[in-house]
Amino acid sequence: MNFTEFFTAFPEMSKSGLRAFKKTVDGAYRQFSREYGDAIEAVFDPVLFFLIWFEKLLQNSPWIVVLIVFLALIYFGSRSIYLTIGSFIAFIFIGYFGMWEDTMSTVSIIGVCTFLSIGFGIPIGILMSGSDRARASISPILDIMQTMPSFVYLIPVVMLLGIGKIPGLLAVVIYAIPPIIRLTDLGIREVDKEVLEAAEAFGANRSQKLFRVQLPLALPTIFAGINQTIMMALAMVVIASMIGVKGLGQPVLKAIANQYFTMGLLNGLAIVVLAIIFDRVSQSFGKRLQQHRQGSHE
Amino acid sequence: MSNVKIKIENLYKIFGHNAKGLTSEVKEGLDKDELLAKHNHVLGLDNINIDIEEQSIQVIMGLSGSGKSTLIRHINRLIEPTEGVVMVDNQDVTKLNKNELLEFRRNRTGMVFQRFGLFPHQNIVDNVQLGLSIKGVDKSESNETAMFWIDKVGLNGFEYKFPNQLSGGMQQRVGLARALANDPDILLMDEAFSALDPLIRSDMQDQLLELQKNLKKTIVFITHDLDEALKLGDRIAILNGGKLVQDGKPEDILLSPADEYVTNFVKDVNRTKVLKIKTIMKDSIQSGSDCPKVAMDSNIESCLPLFLDGESVLSVTDDEKNIVGSVSREEVANILKRY
Repeated sequence: MNFTEFFTAFPEMSKSGLRAFKKTVDGAYRQFSREYGDAIEAVFDPVLFFLIWFEKLLQNSPWIVVLIVFLALIYFGSRSIYLTIGSFIAFIFIGYFGMWEDTMSTVSIIGVCTFLSIGFGIPIGILMSGSDRARASISPILDIMQTMPSFVYLIPVVMLLGIGKIPGLLAVVIYAIPPIIRLTDLGIREVDKEVLEAAEAFGANRSQKLFRVQLPLALPTIFAGINQTIMMALAMVVIASMIGVKGLGQPVLKAIANQYFTMGLLNGLAIVVLAIIFDRVSQSFGKRLQQHRQGSHE
Repeated sequence: MSNVKIKIENLYKIFGHNAKGLTSEVKEGLDKDELLAKHNHVLGLDNINIDIEEQSIQVIMGLSGSGKSTLIRHINRLIEPTEGVVMVDNQDVTKLNKNELLEFRRNRTGMVFQRFGLFPHQNIVDNVQLGLSIKGVDKSESNETAMFWIDKVGLNGFEYKFPNQLSGGMQQRVGLARALANDPDILLMDEAFSALDPLIRSDMQDQLLELQKNLKKTIVFITHDLDEALKLGDRIAILNGGKLVQDGKPEDILLSPADEYVTNFVKDVNRTKVLKIKTIMKDSIQSGSDCPKVAMDSNIESCLPLFLDGESVLSVTDDEKNIVGSVSREEVANILKRY
């Protein structure tokens, strides 16, 4: 009897054993978060402070000033008058349908997340490009960050820090930082070996090689990474709103719960519009960075 | 006898994780193919010994895979030797520590690359002052130096262009200016003209020789092209499979090739164009001395028409038109016969 059972059912651990295992891990983590939760939260205080300040700045400044600043940034980033006009229309649409405030919240959290991702992602990418061992150990972590369902890592984050802006920010950064790390690594590794050798032959040290050759030449690729990071951060807006991040995600959630079709559609479209603007501006800015590559030779 | 500037002694380079452990086997005579088959390590250089004279052009020649690029990178230690000594002005480059090595590269050597190795994101002036800016030379001073060398290599008007707006020949002039702007005493040229088309290449060779007349650098020039080697080299070293097979003056290489590999290399060269009359002339002065005169520094080809006109002996003159020897029809015929 035991023999046939072995083949019909997977030999799993006993129910009580599994329960004890889960309990132990949960208990240990709960213990850990009770002891260190406050300390860890304190680490994020400056970020929280900045995030709130930035959000208030965008929300409390007169909308027309904010709009003009945005349009100026869009124009100088893209040098395209069509994109600027398109963005103007889009922002008017957003404001007219009552989504201005939520949009400012979303822009502020995306801005801070992008900023953090760049700040941590580029140095990690540089580290990875410099050593195959670092790459071999960081790569699988990035894979996990990108494929692990976000709800799963939201659980420990919420247990540790509660519900609010910081856990949301962490969730967004975890999801959005891998592309910039990967593309910084790739961009630096793809730098022409002979150019790098030339710098070396003229006596460049490590930091001279990094700042004069590797980073400038990798910049277009790094910019593609920044673009990807912004897109992924926007994609996380709805999930982040589940744990208390204000912005365009919250009305979407409310719309799902109450079957408010139009509300969901409008806020969804506002996210799409933001995504398109961010994407086009960062892409054409990135393209301008590599103009020297297309220089005509007649 | 002038001074030895660079002295390479018993230099070995093996590529692979157990390079050090395998040097003894290579010293016992294991060759490149055997090392690869037996240990899966690549033999880059096998006991190289060369003395390079100050202010001369030393050509290092060989087919691809012969180790010539590996060898030149040992002089500024872009590649670490497995064993051996590279002395530059009686200082062992292989023993320099990290900072000394940077200083050495910044001040003593300049390098020109086959595919130019220019910075695509910087304009020509900034490219030319690379070495100076790495050293931290004052911007206005290094700018001035860069302008001087851009002018010297004939690139005025292109100062603020980017490398990919220039043709290959012009890009390599930038490469040359970049190396010279640093004012190094050693110039390392790694197949510097190989990527250029023949006419431009010949132009660049002439320009290099012209510059060298005044600069008197010690130049190590890598090439796989024998005509280029004969044109530029004061001495030519020939590598095969990581081994030095011959090192000598151009005429030595042509007239007495050390082995079959070198013979194959030189067999298609037009000797009458390359060899100078002084290499085959006899000291005996022809008594009648009314026979036609040829200069000792001209090539053999230039006296062929005279022999074809029926002369059998020519007088050879030096720079001051004094007769210093003679050359006969038979001697020239002998040189031609050896094809």
